[in-house]
Amino acid sequence: MGKTFQKPEALSDAITHYCPGCTHGVAHRLVAEVIDELGIRGRTVGIGPVGCAVMMYNYFTFDFQEAAHGRAPAMATGAKRVRPDLIVFTYQGDGDLASIGLSEIVHAANRGEKFTTIFINNAVYGMTGGQMAPTTMPDQRTTTSPFGRKVADVGMPIKMAEMLTSLETPGYIARQALIKPKYINRAKKAIKKAFTYQIENRCFGLVELISTCPTNWGMTPVDALKWAEEKMLHYYKLGEFKNPDED
Amino acid sequence: MGKVLMKGNEAIGEAAIRAGCLNYFAYPITPQSEVAEYLARRMPEVGGVFLQGESEVAVSYMIFGAAACGERIFTTSSSPGISLMSEGISYISGAQCPAVFVNIMRGGPGLGGILPSQADYLQSTKGGGHGDYKLLVMAPASVQEAVEMVMRAFPLAEKYRNPVMILGDGLIGQMMEPVEFPDHLKVEPSNKNEWATNGMDTRKSKTRNLVKTMYLNPEELNAHNLKLKAKYEQMAREEILYENYNLDGKYKVLIVSYGTMSRVCRTAIDNLKANGLEVGMVRPQHVFPFPHQAINQAASKKSCQAVLSVEMCMGQMVEDVERSVLGKRPVHWYGKCGGEVPTPEEVMEEVERLLS
Ligand SMILES: Cc1ncc(C[n+]2csc(CCOP(=O)(O)OP(=O)(O)O)c2C)c(N)n1
Ligand code: SF4
Repeated sequence: MGKTFQKPEALSDAITHYCPGCTHGVAHRLVAEVIDELGIRGRTVGIGPVGCAVMMYNYFTFDFQEAAHGRAPAMATGAKRVRPDLIVFTYQGDGDLASIGLSEIVHAANRGEKFTTIFINNAVYGMTGGQMAPTTMPDQRTTTSPFGRKVADVGMPIKMAEMLTSLETPGYIARQALIKPKYINRAKKAIKKAFTYQIENRCFGLVELISTCPTNWGMTPVDALKWAEEKMLHYYKLGEFKNPDED
Repeated sequence: MGKVLMKGNEAIGEAAIRAGCLNYFAYPITPQSEVAEYLARRMPEVGGVFLQGESEVAVSYMIFGAAACGERIFTTSSSPGISLMSEGISYISGAQCPAVFVNIMRGGPGLGGILPSQADYLQSTKGGGHGDYKLLVMAPASVQEAVEMVMRAFPLAEKYRNPVMILGDGLIGQMMEPVEFPDHLKVEPSNKNEWATNGMDTRKSKTRNLVKTMYLNPEELNAHNLKLKAKYEQMAREEILYENYNLDGKYKVLIVSYGTMSRVCRTAIDNLKANGLEVGMVRPQHVFPFPHQAINQAASKKSCQAVLSVEMCMGQMVEDVERSVLGKRPVHWYGKCGGEVPTPEEVMEEVERLLS
């Protein structure tokens, strides 16, 4: 009998520092599998965020840049413009991408930069201890919204995938979730599509991944998965929003 | 190639291309927008990369991302834009990537004005961004010197794996002067495969490279900062550059001045000499590392009664001059910071007032 399970070459042997039940690890694995399957490890440059995944370079086995908070899309732009032969991706949390780095991601997407963004939407700031993010759900309690996110005060959560879809520039935009095997399989397909469009020099690609942060949500990993499915998926609709083949 | 008449900003753009830098990202701001306008036309001609970023914050990180791939890269901006880039400059310094930044200074603080100024002296020589880092800072006094400095800046940035800044006042960018471009200079960054994130396939070793600035372990961060410090100390040993003017005679006053301001001082010194008053000058061409010793020596001359720092700002360089003179002579300041360049007559009056 052959091997039924093995670690992708693009993943290192290091044990991750993520909390038990955190979906960052799932996202990492999907990215690594896709990079292996596409055979692009030797020309890939990852750009990590500032957030819980700041040390993600320890878990991968190819070139990596560590960005400043929110600026990964600008770094990816710089890298890809001067070395179009490289495969460049950013990996960003929702504080990183939807708050401090909003301008960078919108303009990179609008210019149609030929890189790929993996966007982890876990509805909080994980690394700094569970503060409110632009993606925090209405009435969701966080350390800086202790009485729940008050929409009248701070507005509705930003739907990044839809917002970027509204740009006229062709691109690939999808939202999937890391909370059940069937969603995870779709997430991998979306990630692979986004990288493939980059390899074909077609367009910018972003895959938003609905994720969990059991630690800062104050839940067990299983309850967190349930909460994400029940509370987030009706607002953050899954699917492919934009595809360069349709434009 | 003979001399051509060129505006400083355009000459700076052309100099970068001749230095083998075919990558440029920028955001428009007066008084340096002509660099971007020039390169928007010129880069496609030479197969280079031109991109107007959405902000100076973004531009500084485009520079970081490109520099981290080991490619020659530069940007130009002016004071408020450099403030925004300072975060990126701190990261690029920490990550030890070579890059060239040009600051064609205007008046501040805040929006200040759009006329020439030297009010970013402290920002560029003492920090700007956060953390223990230094830039090699070159201060040209003519369009010709700006061209030569831009061309030297790239190999120096690569030698130190550190950003280099060209600190020009608005006049350097706006002035038309005849320039001669030195021979094409293109030095490949020799060791980039050891550190640049240019894809593992590029390298024989097939080991991956990492460009980063975070060291959570205090010992590691301290060791990293000691490594950076050693580079700045090496700069202080090897990269001091200045020019002496009229230091042979028995000068009564020593002027320290750089950039366009130093040219006005030169005229003032010539005029005073004609009137029978000897004044000398040390002109730092690099303001970091600062020529402390040269200034100390010049100030120590018996005939010298006082030292005058002449700047288009409120005396930001005085501290460095004082640290050079070490109390041997009184150090004074003269300057303006509204956008007007002091005239030779005003400098002459100030020197005479000092001696009366
Ligand atoms: C300029 C700057 N401001 C603030 C911070 C502090 N900070 C670090 S991570 C972070 C939030 C990260 O949250 P998110 O992007 O959602 O990622 P997660 O940790 O949830 O994966 C903040 C505010 C910083 N490092 N830099
Ligand atoms: S704090 Fe949240 S996002 Fe960060 S590692 Fe823990 S569970 Fe994951």
